[in-house]
Amino acid sequence: MNLRMTLATTTRVLGQLRHDRRSVALILVVPALLLTAVYFLFENETLPPGFPRTFDRVGLMMLAIFPFVVMFLVTSITMLRERTSGTLERLLTTPIHKADLLFGYALAFSIMAALQSLVATAVAYWIFDLDIKGSPGFVVMIAVINAVLGVALGLLCSAFARTEFQAVQFMPVVVVPQILLCGLFVARDDMNEALGAISGALPLTFSVDALQEIAGNAEATSAMWQDALIMGGIVVGVLVLASLTLRRQTR
Amino acid sequence: MTPAPSAIEATGLHVSRSRTKILRGLDFTVGAGRITGLLGPSGSGKTTLMRAIVGVQRITRGTVNVLGRPAGSAPLRHDVGYVTQGASVYGDLSVEANVRYFGAMHGATAADAAEAIAAVGLQEFARQKAADLSGGQFSRVSLACALVAHPQLLILDEPTVGLDPVLRAELWERFGAMAAGGTTLLVSSHVMEEASHCSSLLLLRDGLLLAQLTPAELAERGGSDDLERAFLTIIKAAEQAIKGAHRGQEESQVTP
Repeated sequence: MNLRMTLATTTRVLGQLRHDRRSVALILVVPALLLTAVYFLFENETLPPGFPRTFDRVGLMMLAIFPFVVMFLVTSITMLRERTSGTLERLLTTPIHKADLLFGYALAFSIMAALQSLVATAVAYWIFDLDIKGSPGFVVMIAVINAVLGVALGLLCSAFARTEFQAVQFMPVVVVPQILLCGLFVARDDMNEALGAISGALPLTFSVDALQEIAGNAEATSAMWQDALIMGGIVVGVLVLASLTLRRQTR
Repeated sequence: MTPAPSAIEATGLHVSRSRTKILRGLDFTVGAGRITGLLGPSGSGKTTLMRAIVGVQRITRGTVNVLGRPAGSAPLRHDVGYVTQGASVYGDLSVEANVRYFGAMHGATAADAAEAIAAVGLQEFARQKAADLSGGQFSRVSLACALVAHPQLLILDEPTVGLDPVLRAELWERFGAMAAGGTTLLVSSHVMEEASHCSSLLLLRDGLLLAQLTPAELAERGGSDDLERAFLTIIKAAEQAIKGAHRGQEESQVTP
């Protein structure tokens, strides 16, 4: 690892994004807009007194799911372009270490994800009075870990796609099952055994669990830290797998 | 003339890609501090040979040593620059950002980047997005990204394709100056007239080395000062030799 090369990569990736203002706007604004839609979707629900709003549950989970989905897409396309344009091969003839490249990417998109979730969380918290007991700072933290997970999976999946069209097709394969099974639609306790077991092995499940811990407790719980730690472990594992797909030599 | 120390040494180099034999046993050396031209029709294996020298192409058999080490070994990554045929740069970054990024891998400063951009004549366009440049300018960005590292060995795959004659002449002048400064250059081309700028030529045909000679020797052997014609003559002679050999085999099979 070389800090200079990692940071140069981060600067370069952010530089590429900076020239693409429309993408930056979409990354920052769309989650907040969708959150607004979710709020008004449940606006007219009638609740027994003391019962939490659906928005408090669904909106909170969406704060974690957005950065995951967006960063998965952005990263897999960017990395695929890097592979097909020849710049990746060229980079790998220079002294750059694979880890510098991967962490450079992860850092750049984490910064974008942090900005994205700051906007979305601020909207949820201040405009729609998202009711959670814990600190919104932890919500942003989980969102950023999710974003890095999206980055890591995007880097990995880009190795199995030859075209951008194929890369986008990985979304229904990698992302949608995690959203279905993470506990957003059906609580994990109510799932049948097989689906529950699969759910327990998917990374997004841990972030939803962590968010529920944050929502239910004023102080950070050890269960939340454990979820965050497991997520971190999965991210590192996926990044290692992704680094195996970067080869300096072709057959 | 004393033979220059060699920058590249290939012995019995075979490369196959998905069962197709692309390079079929090459033996040659490339002298340090001079320009060597790699010439041959398209499909003759020029790019594969260059990729093997850079170390991005796996070698099936034989060896390639570059600057005294096996091709592709980690210490060489500072010393070998590679400019691919299609420009490998980030179209969505400015010229300057591209050159600085590749420079950062070699500890190059902003001054190094400015120098590399000036060397390819793109000072006026330094802040423009690479994708907005013309085709010739775009490929020069790729060259600048290699120059910024001040490599000892520079591998250039068809660097003058799509450039106008003035620019081509300027680039060859630049390459000459670099060689005079001690840089070794291996330049591929299928334009024979460019061979005259090189001090040594490798003629490749169907994955085999037809000859290694100087431009003067090429003109002599091909019986023409027009290097293109000379090259064609040599290719035809080689083909007839192969055909002759085949015919000889067939005849010997027919008559036991």
